[in-house]
Amino acid sequence: MSKLIKPYGDKLNDGMVQLSFTLPVKADLAEEAAKSLALKMGLADPHTVYHKDIGEGFTFVVVYGKSTHSVDVSKLKITKVVEEWMGLDEVNEFAKKNFKRKIVVVGACIESDAHTVGIDAILNMKGFSGDYGFERYSAFKVYNMGAQVPCEELIKKAKEVILISQIVTQQNIHLHNLTKLIDMIEAEELREKFLVIVGGPSINNKFAKELGYDAGFGRGTLPSHVATYLVKKVLSRIGKAKSKRKAVKKI
Amino acid sequence: MNKLNLNRNKILACRNYSKSIAGELQQLIDKNTTISVERSILRLFGVDGVDKAGLPYPNILAERMKEAGVLQYGAANVMASTMVQNRKNLKETVSLLASGKIKPVYTADKRNKQVVNKLAEYGISRVEKARKDRAKLQVKNPTGKGPWFYLIVATGNIYEDVKQARSAALNGANCIAVIRSTAQSLMDYVPYGATTTGFGGTYATQENFRIMRKALDEMSVKLGRYIYLVNYCSGLCMCEIAAMGAMERLDMMLNDSMYGIIFRDINMYRTFVDQHFSRMINTQAGIIINTGEDNYLTTADAVKQAHTVLASEFINERLAKNAGMPEKLMGLGHAFEINPDIKNSFLLELAQAQMVREIFPNSPIKYMPPTKHITGDIFKAHVVDSMFNLASVATNQSIHLLGILTEGIHTPFIQDRYLSIESAKYVMNAARDMSTEITFKKNGLIQKRANEVLDKALKMLGKIKKEGLLNALERGYFADIKRPRNGGKGLEGVIEKADGYSNPFEEKWGKK
Repeated sequence: MSKLIKPYGDKLNDGMVQLSFTLPVKADLAEEAAKSLALKMGLADPHTVYHKDIGEGFTFVVVYGKSTHSVDVSKLKITKVVEEWMGLDEVNEFAKKNFKRKIVVVGACIESDAHTVGIDAILNMKGFSGDYGFERYSAFKVYNMGAQVPCEELIKKAKEVILISQIVTQQNIHLHNLTKLIDMIEAEELREKFLVIVGGPSINNKFAKELGYDAGFGRGTLPSHVATYLVKKVLSRIGKAKSKRKAVKKI
Repeated sequence: MNKLNLNRNKILACRNYSKSIAGELQQLIDKNTTISVERSILRLFGVDGVDKAGLPYPNILAERMKEAGVLQYGAANVMASTMVQNRKNLKETVSLLASGKIKPVYTADKRNKQVVNKLAEYGISRVEKARKDRAKLQVKNPTGKGPWFYLIVATGNIYEDVKQARSAALNGANCIAVIRSTAQSLMDYVPYGATTTGFGGTYATQENFRIMRKALDEMSVKLGRYIYLVNYCSGLCMCEIAAMGAMERLDMMLNDSMYGIIFRDINMYRTFVDQHFSRMINTQAGIIINTGEDNYLTTADAVKQAHTVLASEFINERLAKNAGMPEKLMGLGHAFEINPDIKNSFLLELAQAQMVREIFPNSPIKYMPPTKHITGDIFKAHVVDSMFNLASVATNQSIHLLGILTEGIHTPFIQDRYLSIESAKYVMNAARDMSTEITFKKNGLIQKRANEVLDKALKMLGKIKKEGLLNALERGYFADIKRPRNGGKGLEGVIEKADGYSNPFEEKWGKK
């Protein structure tokens, strides 16, 4: 069953969208230019409700329009990292039951990235938004390598789980850094050995997987989210490794 | 001004503790120099430019001196000795040293002193000229009463930055900070020339300073109000950036005595020695420093750790005083970072802001906007930023870094900056005289909170005094981050001074 939807303003499928942007023209041209642009974007009946000269030949506009496009949500696939999150105690319990050792997690901000807020939020004892960080978990042994760690050093230090956080900057440098790490791990034929996870405000699971990561965590992620994923994934990897070994024996 | 009923004796006790904390540190600072200090001396002699491989001459020369085992006498002495021994002028000597045709030498020659003083004239006169030029421009184009609007540009391309800065100034900005390229703080050299390819910011180079200075001077005259140019005097090249900024008339520098140690893992010996000389340069150039206490609250909790901000401000104040800096140049920092979901969070923010204002009445306090609890909901962010604007005007802050509704999403777009200024203009105009109209209830929530933070800061400073600042940093007293004294970047660039060491700028500027 297809289910077509449009943005909702005050009536179902009225398609109402608000946009705000700046055009590199003076105010007298901006109003019309914004409307024409909105039409090309697929917005019917566009209105430039506000425009303001903000100097240097730039004009800021606010535009409303009705989306002529719709989306069939029945055809969308979303990839959730895990179905249900566990809390700190549950994760520790889970780990105690399933592993006889601590899981070694090595975290870093790689290459040019100096913003440790993300990795610190997940790893530091304190955690984030009332959710304790990995250092508080008995399940993990944590190494936080901090900012601007070269990929080589991270790979050298890593044991089984690599956790990196990446802030988006201009010129897509984040993309370059993210692919560099995976490329290097693959070049050294270590991809199977590591669970490689990336987090950051503009990361999502789908995007991370496309880049070759095991998982990606975006905005609003709490340490317990990553912890839940991690223990479950490590367990399933152990399971897979065991069944692989069994398969080999049979032959 | 005592709206908070703060205990004056406790404030005095905090200052006494900081004095002895900084005093102990000063012995260590005085004994050592760093390769960055020496490179900045070379820069103040007018050594500039890069070789074919892009290596800056100050770096090449300092390295040669270090290899030759003479840097401990100071780059000034070595330069003079080498010039005297080879009978060459500065330019010739630089080029001969760089190409390896002559070796740097140190001789305890009486003639050195005279040569050194002559060489130092370049930096001394340029810094003096910059200071006088600023004063002249400021008389004609007064900036007006604060809070001054401080905005950042960060396109990575200096020419694009100029456009954004001009637009921001036109809309009402008083201070324009050019955010540096990611990772520049950890580079042990300063790039050269105009740059267009930074990541997350634009490289601080002397040429970029000149380009932006020129643009902002034009705007200052056009608008009739002086626009402050801000950059980052931190990281491994703290002193060199100070020297370059002093010569190119920057007006403000982010310059903290401990930020690099805690947040960039730069070695503490290196940082303490560097911050001292950089603050001496900033003082001479009339540059307002901004300290980085706001950063503590991006990792630690703003309610529980508020006292660490205050304790650090006392330490920063004392270390700046030890470098000869007057209070009017000490832009001590703090931030509006309490979780907005907490009941009465705004009142707690008011308490903190008013407390900092009252304890450091002569300092141009730098107030940083909310970032930690900004979620990507740009509409809510705009509202929280407006509350921040209100707290700032109500407590008479001096340097107000505008919150941006797209915080954490991208570096600000031109319209983000415009919207931010519009909000701040509205709020600050609507509540213009609030700071002189309001008082706080005796023993009410706000007064109690401020006194509680002061109590805790006093306790913390007492503990640091007892244990020593280096130990405190090793034990993670600030932002919960532990740094070993022999760890971090840049330790290899710390050099114990030999007998006969001289730094002509410190000798001239430090005397006051």
